[in-house]
Amino acid sequence: MSRIADAFAGGKAFIAFLTAGDPYADKTVDYILAMEEAGADMIEIGIPFSDPTAEGIVIQEASIRALNAGMTTDKAFEIVEKVREKSQIPLAFMTYLNPVFHYGYENFFGRCESVGVSGIIIPDLPYEEKDELSHIAQAHGVDVISMIAPTSRQRIQRIAKEAAGFIYVVSSMGVTGVRASIETDIASIIKSIREVTDVPTAVGFGISTPKQAEKMAGVSDGVIIGSAIVKLIAKYGEHAEGALREYVKSIKDAIS
Amino acid sequence: MSKGRFGEFGGQYISETLMNELINLEEQYEYYKNNPEFNQELNTLLNEYAGRPSLLYYAEKMTQDLGGAKIYLKREDLNHTGSHKINNVLGQVLLAKKMGKTRVIAETGAGQHGVATATAAALMGMECEIFMGKEDTDRQALNVYRMELLGAKVHAVTSGTQTLKDAVNETMREWSCRVADTHYVLGSVMGPHPFPMMVRDFQSVISKEAREQILEKEGKLPDAVLACVGGGSNAMGMFYNFINDEGVRLIGCEAAGQGVDTDRHAATMAKGTLGVFHGMKSYFCQDEYGQIAPVYSISAGLDYPGIGPEHAYLRDSGRAQYVPVTDDEAVDAFEYMARMEGIICAIESAHAVAYARKLAPQMGKDESMIICLSGRGDKDVAAIARYRGVEIYE
Repeated sequence: MSRIADAFAGGKAFIAFLTAGDPYADKTVDYILAMEEAGADMIEIGIPFSDPTAEGIVIQEASIRALNAGMTTDKAFEIVEKVREKSQIPLAFMTYLNPVFHYGYENFFGRCESVGVSGIIIPDLPYEEKDELSHIAQAHGVDVISMIAPTSRQRIQRIAKEAAGFIYVVSSMGVTGVRASIETDIASIIKSIREVTDVPTAVGFGISTPKQAEKMAGVSDGVIIGSAIVKLIAKYGEHAEGALREYVKSIKDAIS
Repeated sequence: MSKGRFGEFGGQYISETLMNELINLEEQYEYYKNNPEFNQELNTLLNEYAGRPSLLYYAEKMTQDLGGAKIYLKREDLNHTGSHKINNVLGQVLLAKKMGKTRVIAETGAGQHGVATATAAALMGMECEIFMGKEDTDRQALNVYRMELLGAKVHAVTSGTQTLKDAVNETMREWSCRVADTHYVLGSVMGPHPFPMMVRDFQSVISKEAREQILEKEGKLPDAVLACVGGGSNAMGMFYNFINDEGVRLIGCEAAGQGVDTDRHAATMAKGTLGVFHGMKSYFCQDEYGQIAPVYSISAGLDYPGIGPEHAYLRDSGRAQYVPVTDDEAVDAFEYMARMEGIICAIESAHAVAYARKLAPQMGKDESMIICLSGRGDKDVAAIARYRGVEIYE
């Protein structure tokens, strides 16, 4: 069992996302540690990609800021090394397949293992294609996180049966980003998942307010928030720590 | 290995949100492609509406001037909407209608595919939205207005490099928001399966006709077939029915911009490396970390950092070869074609003409070649004038 299980061990999990290198690498380390202190149970670190096709405008812009500031896959690993000097919080990477492919699967997951990254979320790697890297990731103790979408229907159980770490339930159609409301029947998707696996579920895409988080955590094992956090970093730049602590605490309190 | 592979290339690297729609599309396509009624409807549209078959024209003056192989031009520029794009679009929009879709969306670079999609949508009564890089809406303003005339809504894409790849990104994002009533009319032999196969099939009418036409005119197959490549749809259509004819050289001409040794080119085959992007495993212009590189070409239609997976396979298996052609060479060829044959061809197609000018003199007079003239050049006249230092405005 990977470190990811720890995130779900103490009740509902709050998984917080930020983009590596936005606004710069050392700040990302500070922000991860601050969010952990404020109550985040796991951090999802985005390795920026030039063309993030599953991302809304907020994370697209963060990716560009980070790349322009010189962020690379190697530097993302260095961020994790610095976090690991002070923290054992469960960590997952989120990126697109091309940067991982280019780094080399063996190199990439080997490095994940040595620095202590327990999971990876790759939105352009569906169930049909995951075999090309899942055995390599597994050999290095890294869970390839499965995603289930509102359109998955008869695919839900097939995907869930092979899931590891946690299952990322995509709340809505479209790309990442803040939404006024979430219309998908998450409860019935989770019911379908529960018929075939005990792997924990976390709901992401479009969640920003404590109220939404509470509602989503009510039907699942946790929530993932990205754009709302990245927005704070975009707004406050290198002075976002206070705002992040306050926001993370408000979400954690709402789901606890 | 997953579905839709050409050797190791291709696949379905796409978000879970779109997977069921791709599976549905593949099933529906497999059903309709063998459905006599569908094929009859499509053929009627191609023949009665788009003006097929397109001519295979013997370019006698050009042949004499170059002094080598006999040169034939496959005149896709004479199709309705002025390019080969209509072949694929009529197929896909008709299929979308059969599938019960009421709305189509598409990316466009130069505007050819956007105009073709808007045209088919108008004809078949579908709602239509086109995504086009902001830089391209500026350099092809006339095509934007054309699409609007046809009833389409045009979105100027301001993300990234504001060109074709960003238009594809944005169309994919839009599709993942709304799949139930919407079909994404992908414009080239790229993207996730089944697009590379389906677009190739719809474009293969080019080589089906050309093969019959040249056998009738010459009594034998051509020695070489040339086409420009961006994503690669006219080239795939031009090559497809010649793949099993081993004696026919297949040559794709890609955009070298200001030269493959500069950082201002879109020469994926010459300079790209293996990667995964836009739903497919293929070759891409990218950096050492797999970040997609900004690309450049005078031609908005070839200004794309990747190439369709079947081309990657044809190249690596040795069946086809790909050559870079610079902006300068393409502009010279554009002017050459105008003066020599009285044909103003698209700047994209001029890349193939440019390489033909080098190749034909090296071939024997008893040999022949076909150049796919993928589109007409009206859209490029102002840009070519500016390239030559003449300021004219559309």
